[in-house]
Amino acid sequence: MIFKSMGKNSLLLAVFALLTALILASTDRVTEGPIAEAERIAAQKALLEIVPLERHNNDLLVDTQAIPEKYWPLLGLDDGGKIHIARYNNQPVAAIIPSISSEGYSGDIAMIVGINFDGTIAGVRVIEHRETPGLGDKVDLRKSDWILSFNGKSLANPQLDGWNVKKDQGVFDQFTGATITPRAVIHQIARTLQYFSDDNERLLISIQPDNSVIANDGQDLQ
Amino acid sequence: MSEVTFSEVTKNGLWTNNPALVQLLGLCPLLAVTGTVVNALGLGLATLMVLLGSNIIVSLIRRHVSDAVRLPVFVIIIATFVTCAELLMKAFTYELYQILGIFIPLIVTNCAILGRAEAFASKNSVGMAALDGLMMGLGFMIALLLLGAIRELLGQGTLFVDMNLLFGTGASDWVLKPFGDNYSFLVAILPPGAFLVMGMLMAIKNVIDEQLKRREKAKTPVPVKGAKRIRTTGHIS
Repeated sequence: MIFKSMGKNSLLLAVFALLTALILASTDRVTEGPIAEAERIAAQKALLEIVPLERHNNDLLVDTQAIPEKYWPLLGLDDGGKIHIARYNNQPVAAIIPSISSEGYSGDIAMIVGINFDGTIAGVRVIEHRETPGLGDKVDLRKSDWILSFNGKSLANPQLDGWNVKKDQGVFDQFTGATITPRAVIHQIARTLQYFSDDNERLLISIQPDNSVIANDGQDLQ
Repeated sequence: MSEVTFSEVTKNGLWTNNPALVQLLGLCPLLAVTGTVVNALGLGLATLMVLLGSNIIVSLIRRHVSDAVRLPVFVIIIATFVTCAELLMKAFTYELYQILGIFIPLIVTNCAILGRAEAFASKNSVGMAALDGLMMGLGFMIALLLLGAIRELLGQGTLFVDMNLLFGTGASDWVLKPFGDNYSFLVAILPPGAFLVMGMLMAIKNVIDEQLKRREKAKTPVPVKGAKRIRTTGHIS
């Protein structure tokens, strides 16, 4: 008796599990393409803001370099990451480097830092953060254009001790009511510049040999 | 099971038994994502779809599922709908999906959904179950929208900001700024603001209910207490 009802019930459950698994699998199949496309566009959007299409003509998403493991701590990366290289007619223009600050007020602040190959900053965007709305979230370009004040800056301009908020004798503005967040962002940008000056020879050299291949790729995609 | 009527189910979902304001179910996403109207609308729509779908399917299979496996089956159905909703949002409203983040998969734990499957859909016809899902979902969504609108307006002085995340680029100029550009009132955006506004909404609903009850009472004629008679017998001294 009990075995009979057990058998019936487990059969019923199995049928439902199978049916729902089928539904899920087909939804997954249908949405796979659009999701990949949406992710691609989202990733590309931030990159294009930093190095606009006038300044490069390769596919930023394909043209990438891995970051050597010894630099991960400097950039705050736990699982490594990719540097996107922007080129114009094969000539490297800028590198877009992922960087994460752990000094944020609540949690990590993830950003991407675009650095021109002459060492100046092409642009910085905070792509993920959980800073206080209305105070710390001014690092987000949608809330304030503070983040644009880094454009054109480099390790020499200002000098290293100038890479701080004004409160700490630096040259960059803090926000009213929030010092920790801008401080975290400024420090992390300085570290990213440091990384770039240490590693840019490798970035420049390692891309020379396959120039022709990449150039073809670039043209196909344009 | 007594028959339920169309208007009863509608009124129950939208007002009398509103999942957010009366049953207080699903408060975690409710309070967490209602910083702006667009977030509220996104989560509200997703919840509505899941509730409608799960109510229909649960009602369809109600005669074929034994009591012993009823709950696991309901949970499987709800989880399936939630996952589908998540995939669809990821595919077509990617940025909104990123903002709502963990709260989309968390719809599965919204007790309002399992509650309706168990309390209503498993005992009523498909049509009524669908109506119940729709009305409960709408009731939840309206509460979300009210919260979102009030918090967005009080907190950052805007209304309908970022609607393009849901309605395409044409909607980016829907934003209203009644208080000018530099207004902000932090508390309303932070979690305490969510609780405060929610409390206000519940209080307002209770006041309205109270008023309605009083008016109802005033309408029905009060039976005169013990009709007065003058005693005419006995001694008068």
